[in-house]
Amino acid sequence: MTTELSVARGRGAEPRPPRRDDNDDIGTGKLSWRYRLNRLDVKFSPYLYIAPFFVLFAVVGLFPLLYTAYISLFEWELGADEQPFIGVENYTNLLADSQFWNAMVNTFSIFAISTIPQVIIAVLLAALLNTALRGRTGWRMGVLLPYVASLVALTIIFGDLFGVQYGSVNNIIELFGFDRIDWQADRWWSHVAIATMVNWRWTGYNALIVLAAMQAIPRDVYEAAWVDGASKVRQFVSITLPMLRPTLIFVIVTSTIGGLQIFTEPLLFSPSAGANGGATHQYQTVVLYMYQAGFQSQDLGYASAMAWILFIVIIAIAGINFLLTRKLASSGEA
Amino acid sequence: MATITDRPAPSAAGSKPVKRRRSKAVSLSERRPSFVVYGILIAFILGSAFPFYWSFLVASHDDATFTKDSPMLPGGNFFQNASRVLDTIPFWKALGNSIIVSGTVTISVVVLSTLAGFAFAKLRFKGRGPLMVFVVATLAVPTQLGIIPLYMVMAEYGWSGTLGAVIVPNLVTAFGVFWMRQYIADAVPDELIEAARMDGCSMIRTFWHVCLPAVRPAAAMLGIFTFMMSWNDFLWPLIVLNADNPTMQVALEKLQSGYYVDKTLVLAGTTMATVPILIVFLVLGRQIVAGIMQGAVKG
Repeated sequence: MTTELSVARGRGAEPRPPRRDDNDDIGTGKLSWRYRLNRLDVKFSPYLYIAPFFVLFAVVGLFPLLYTAYISLFEWELGADEQPFIGVENYTNLLADSQFWNAMVNTFSIFAISTIPQVIIAVLLAALLNTALRGRTGWRMGVLLPYVASLVALTIIFGDLFGVQYGSVNNIIELFGFDRIDWQADRWWSHVAIATMVNWRWTGYNALIVLAAMQAIPRDVYEAAWVDGASKVRQFVSITLPMLRPTLIFVIVTSTIGGLQIFTEPLLFSPSAGANGGATHQYQTVVLYMYQAGFQSQDLGYASAMAWILFIVIIAIAGINFLLTRKLASSGEA
Repeated sequence: MATITDRPAPSAAGSKPVKRRRSKAVSLSERRPSFVVYGILIAFILGSAFPFYWSFLVASHDDATFTKDSPMLPGGNFFQNASRVLDTIPFWKALGNSIIVSGTVTISVVVLSTLAGFAFAKLRFKGRGPLMVFVVATLAVPTQLGIIPLYMVMAEYGWSGTLGAVIVPNLVTAFGVFWMRQYIADAVPDELIEAARMDGCSMIRTFWHVCLPAVRPAAAMLGIFTFMMSWNDFLWPLIVLNADNPTMQVALEKLQSGYYVDKTLVLAGTTMATVPILIVFLVLGRQIVAGIMQGAVKG
């Protein structure tokens, strides 16, 4: 019976009341009651099912963000009796705070030297994985290994590897006849070290995403190029890269959102520095400074102003990245 | 957790499209790649594994010999260091807490995301399109920046220091809803739902008996990812939990930030915290790889 009816119905999931045959011995009163119940079920169930997400997002996502903006207008100290309204003073102080600008520069510096090489290496690695390897799943698992490890544990391990006196990175550098590098005191090198942790963790993961996109490229495009005598390199530049555009946008936007909120790595990089981000804040990032101002100096208003500025910056950068990547990748298509 | 343990099913429906693509890739470059490719990959993977090895290497020596000789092979001191870790931080409690937190969050995310994904993919209701766009847009919102008021609320209601404070904010995620919606849209035929509805199933029974069995592979993937994400969560637990009742990540931080730093002790802790995850990876790695690659194509 069902096949006939559902063909007649046509539209897929349009919910209808259950039909009863006429010889069913349910009275009309009962039928209409059931019918009404069913109507309610059809009408409200979808909202009920999606409600948990929206309620939770409102309570722990949206409300805190908006309330952060509110707090940022007050001198709001943790545990203080009153919180005087000070308008935009937190913001003006923040914009005049050299430590904040320092943190901003550090964040962007670490972000740039982690994202750019990471995307490039991920694409190359994906190209290698896209060959007819023996035991391909094994290789894929191998490059993904860093992704599953605990971030805190690995940051501690890397902090040790980059140790100045006994760290094995310096031992290797010395082996090649170079001078030891002070990975913690030197601003630039500390950024390189922290970016290395980020790259180490995410390159393999992004390579798999890129690999999946590469495999989705139709084969006949390559065949046509091959017939036209295009070299492997030419094929890669003229076919593979442009076809990867949406994926690269995705990878870059997600690493922007994550990368600008970097916190764990600089906090745990050196056991003694803590939230200071080094003796002269040489690798203190914005979220780390926010943590220090809010939860160690207990100045929640100030920390909130910082959170809001970073919030706006992240949204803006993600948008710019999106537009830029789209433009860059599409220029290769011609 | 249940979704993870009865896992063998995923590959059945999950890897079908992957297989089709695979055969394409093989015929594309019939030749096996040269040893150079293997060499580069091996170097890359050795680099990936080195920090793990280093952690165990340091953890298996005592501080004095390690700094003096800088050996490259493991020593016999690991269990001694491990027992010092157990004395220094509440390791078992932290492990238990992490399992409770990640387990609860995982079950909840999978169930609530599947429910919402089912509604978005298969039910018709007013505002469906705009609401789904809203869900996707929230993916780009750095909600982590709202932790200050969140902390104030938790402190106000006496939740700080409790596991609930870490669990509740993560009970359902935009990523989960999006992921399940994408999967359900393809994997559950409309006719099946139609048929169930005509046989008089209520919405929730249709979900339970028709939708849920069909989405087990995707739900298992979502479960694995959620578990790992929750396990690694650090900033919020660090703020809201204290040293007596930590998750694993917070306990490790306390171990490192002690005023007297003994690296063999600290790295014994990181080794102990890493081993369970590595075991999970060895068992489920194939699924994790497939999940990332499928998600990339769909998203």
